[in-house]
Amino acid sequence: MNKHLLSAADLSAADITRVLDTAAHLATVTDRAIKKLPTLRGRTVCNLFFEDSTRTRISFELAAKRLSADVINFSAKGSSVSKGESLKDTAITLEAMGVDAIVIRHGASGAPWRLAEWVDAVVVNAGDGTHEHPTQALLDLYTMRQRFPSFDGLRVAIVGDVLHSRVARSNIQALALMGARVTVVGPPPLIPRGIEALGCEVSYSIDTIRDADVVYVLRMQRERMLEGANYVPSLREYTARWGVTPERLRPGQKVMHPGPMNRGVEIDAAVADAADALIERQVRSGLVVRMAVLYDLLTHGPVEVKVAEIEEVA
Amino acid sequence: MSGSPVAVMDAADVGRALTRIAHEVVERNKGIGDVVLVGIHTRGVPLAGRLATRLGEIEGRPVPAGALDVVMYRDDIGLRPPGATHVTHLPFDLGGKVVVLVDDVLYTGRTIRAALDALVDFGRPRAIQLAVLVDRGHRELPLRADYVGKNVPTAADEAVRVRLAETDGADGVFIHRGPSPPDTDQLPAARRGTRA
Repeated sequence: MNKHLLSAADLSAADITRVLDTAAHLATVTDRAIKKLPTLRGRTVCNLFFEDSTRTRISFELAAKRLSADVINFSAKGSSVSKGESLKDTAITLEAMGVDAIVIRHGASGAPWRLAEWVDAVVVNAGDGTHEHPTQALLDLYTMRQRFPSFDGLRVAIVGDVLHSRVARSNIQALALMGARVTVVGPPPLIPRGIEALGCEVSYSIDTIRDADVVYVLRMQRERMLEGANYVPSLREYTARWGVTPERLRPGQKVMHPGPMNRGVEIDAAVADAADALIERQVRSGLVVRMAVLYDLLTHGPVEVKVAEIEEVA
Repeated sequence: MSGSPVAVMDAADVGRALTRIAHEVVERNKGIGDVVLVGIHTRGVPLAGRLATRLGEIEGRPVPAGALDVVMYRDDIGLRPPGATHVTHLPFDLGGKVVVLVDDVLYTGRTIRAALDALVDFGRPRAIQLAVLVDRGHRELPLRADYVGKNVPTAADEAVRVRLAETDGADGVFIHRGPSPPDTDQLPAARRGTRA
């Protein structure tokens, strides 16, 4: 793995397999009486959140704590950011405090890359604007691997607001790399032009989701939609034409959603609560996969250094 | 790598050493009443399995054996690339048991220290004993083994490789002269550089 985890494109198939395997081993720790490992003792992880989050922030915090790292939680609200402090000055402050890893969520696409230029710490992208969310992709792959023997030929339909979805962009790249066949499905205004370049097919028919092994439903990101822009005539119209309902699914199809769900908009409550929904399992996967990511980044170091060291010893 | 490996134990030697260790475990503990075996990944696990078989034959009843992964407990995390993680599987309660830790090579003692830390996260054994196939010296911690297959004096720049049928096709113990090939448990102490 590279020094940072900024994009799903930073990962090789071997990286993904290693992280998922490590996560599977870490999952056995969560069944123990003592759920904590001493692995990252003495390291400090900062959760730098400029955007709201429940699942991602809590699971990163718990992941770091389960590995005995110290955790600083920073949210833009209530910090000097509300006095106008810039990302760069915030980064310099954190660097001066000596943090080893910064987990950043930011509303601006590309913010984690800028941060990585300014600090020596390992940077983990926990969602940047409408761009990428690589740890979400890893936990989704982990969840799928628990249900399907192989990614090779696995058919995944990603349905809904692809345009505003960092989850979709990271998932498409990671799934394509592992050999899955990804189709994005949605109304044309919500499918970015040229998305095929990431390694997926495009369908403008909701009926195609019946062909998939996994139906991955995206949230309608109303907060990111430009004021006055008519991506869809109305939410009710969207639900009628694109909502994932029991009638539109085949029995046995697995359903995933990155959360938070708009029940009754992009996903019918009956689908979300059905036995074939893996949504709660995704949340569980988040903890162990983020433990594996922190472990991998904070212990392996840059690949180049590792190779040099092995050569020296050999 | 310079020079060809020198064999210090062949398959028969390994078998005899394990048989003797099994008898010593029975003798020391006056039977196998509370004894459980815990192998340290990777090669300690098949060794623990073989010891369990022998103890079962000697005492006429099965002895439980488990597997312990210590990678997450090591004290040199960040100083060098960690090894792959394995599944820890301890199918018994450690409380009140006599745990015999099993590993292939005893060297600096740091793997054993990590194993002791890992074990106490699972419960409070009545006692912990250590069985190793090879003790090669050069301890960096005040630890010793209770049961040793063979003491093999070595130089710091040599590497001891244990080969087992389960993991490598055939049994045997070899000394490699010169700098050792990279293997997580066998890096010579002097070469473990500090990397930030």
